Amino acid sequence: MSALRFDQVAIKLGGRTILSAADFAVEDGEFVGVLGANGAGKTTLMRASLGLVPLAAGAIAVLGAPATRGHARVGYMPQNRGPIAGLRLTGYDMVASGVKGAHWGLPRLDAAERREIDWALDMVDARKIAGRSLNEISGGERQRLLLSQALIGRPKLLLLDEPLISLDPAHQKNVVDTVKRLSEELKIAVLFSAHEINPLLSAIDRVLYLGAGKAVLGAVDEVIAGPTLSRLYGAEIEVLRVGGRIFVMSGDVEMERDSHRHEHGDAHGHDHQDHAHADESRA
Amino acid sequence: MFDYDFMRAAFMASGIVAVLAGLVGFFLVLRGQTFAGHALSHVGFTGATGAVLFGLPPLAGLVGFTVIAGLAMGALGERLSQRDVAIGMMLSLALGLGLLFLHFYTSYAAQAAALLFGNVLGVDDEALAALAILAALSLAALGFIARPLIFASLQPELAEARGVDLRLVSTVFLMIVAIAVSECAQIVGVLLVFTLMVGPAAAALAFTRRLHAAIALAALLALAEAWGGLTLAYYSDWPTSFWITALSGLVYFASLVSARRSA
Ligand SMILES: Nc1ncnc2c1ncn2[C@@H]1O[C@H](COP(=O)(O)OP(=O)(O)OP(=O)(O)O)[C@@H](O)[C@H]1O
Ligand SMILES: [Mg+2]
Repeated sequence: MSALRFDQVAIKLGGRTILSAADFAVEDGEFVGVLGANGAGKTTLMRASLGLVPLAAGAIAVLGAPATRGHARVGYMPQNRGPIAGLRLTGYDMVASGVKGAHWGLPRLDAAERREIDWALDMVDARKIAGRSLNEISGGERQRLLLSQALIGRPKLLLLDEPLISLDPAHQKNVVDTVKRLSEELKIAVLFSAHEINPLLSAIDRVLYLGAGKAVLGAVDEVIAGPTLSRLYGAEIEVLRVGGRIFVMSGDVEMERDSHRHEHGDAHGHDHQDHAHADESRA
Repeated sequence: MFDYDFMRAAFMASGIVAVLAGLVGFFLVLRGQTFAGHALSHVGFTGATGAVLFGLPPLAGLVGFTVIAGLAMGALGERLSQRDVAIGMMLSLALGLGLLFLHFYTSYAAQAAALLFGNVLGVDDEALAALAILAALSLAALGFIARPLIFASLQPELAEARGVDLRLVSTVFLMIVAIAVSECAQIVGVLLVFTLMVGPAAAALAFTRRLHAAIALAALLALAEAWGGLTLAYYSDWPTSFWITALSGLVYFASLVSARRSA
């Protein structure tokens, strides 16, 4: 049984084909990096796996069952972090809101549920942070709380949409290492989307690359290579390997690059999603 | 002051309304939808004037109109970017209609003033019963949707993925807001519903960082401000609505100072 299986999946949004004939399987406990330019469909792919996007063709199976909304064993960290950055409420209450959050009634927590929250906070070492209010912690700290919220319900598949956004290299490494540890300790399959492969190189088992409506899953060396990427970008791509790092070049433009960290560091960790990449127009 | 029937009725009515307004207002502030609440109150003005024009009780018009408007706002969806514009359009449309109703029925300046600025001393037994029943229904509905409402307010995309129907929750919530706004309008008037719905909630969020404490505090503050306003009005002979807004403002600014100290 695969953690996530795409079977000849096609997705159309607003009349445009985002994905066609996507066919791949992510195995149990596997850590997969999801890459692709802005608009390549990383978010759409995750939302489709959550049953939030209708399929034009094919089928998606999650942990052996058809993808549906509200699957109890799937954790999710959306790219859009919502309004929490401005709220003067504790991180604990934010994490707690996800416990049985889809059930009707008053939000009361029993002892077991409180233990579950403590466990999820401990897994990402966020107990201390959770006592502070959401508008007084850094973007990286909020990210850790969201990661811990994604662990509520003990997922077997974790969909993390751009957890590295607006983090500096040290914090990026910290997040990647934490997710790697979670994946191994708890045997969780992880899809981890990012704009740059390098921060993920030490952690990922395979890479899922999206582009030109196609999805290719394979070993890093196979996928991040001139011929495959040229096909996905629809342009001549050259892959350079320098000192254990990978540079994806089209002519003299670097296709994958984390612009956020160069521009902003992590002063307060707002999500600079719209600053995104110059490469979009060329991709 | 409790020797007078109208004072007892006023205390009961404002107590019921304050608790409802404080609780509903908390979620309004949490969700950043205070503008929707503001718009609903003005829609309510049109509903009430229309009701009077057709010989119906103003409260019926208030509730009917605002609930339909709440439903419409909910149906418009969650997209933040378009929300304020759509609400603003509805607001001006409703007020234009209200103006038309006033045009046809000019002889009721006093009633218009009561609608705009409230008339808590004019609450009779029938109105009190209506307020109590509507408040009980709204609170029951709010309790029923509380869990998904909180989740969807804090983490909408995650909540959606976990199976929360965002549009349903948001629509039901706006209908509850509509009723709370209508009730508030009876006490402090459509122009001043912010004072009971937004003031106490915003202050509560500044006084405490804990969700449950903030919810309870919002209701308590609203209650204290409403009763305090009534008491001050009784002894000073100034309008109740004025005193409630004064207390609400005072508490809000005090909360800002306290939040800054504890930050
Ligand atoms: N609701 C929608 N209606 C129409 N088109 C959409 C919708 N949502 C997304 N798209 C389009 O689908 C494509 C894929 O979007 P998606 O958000 O999945 O990309 P992404 O890879 O996550 O990009 P980014 O790196 O910017 O986050 C984009 O071209 C986008 O314009
Ligand atoms: Mg995305």
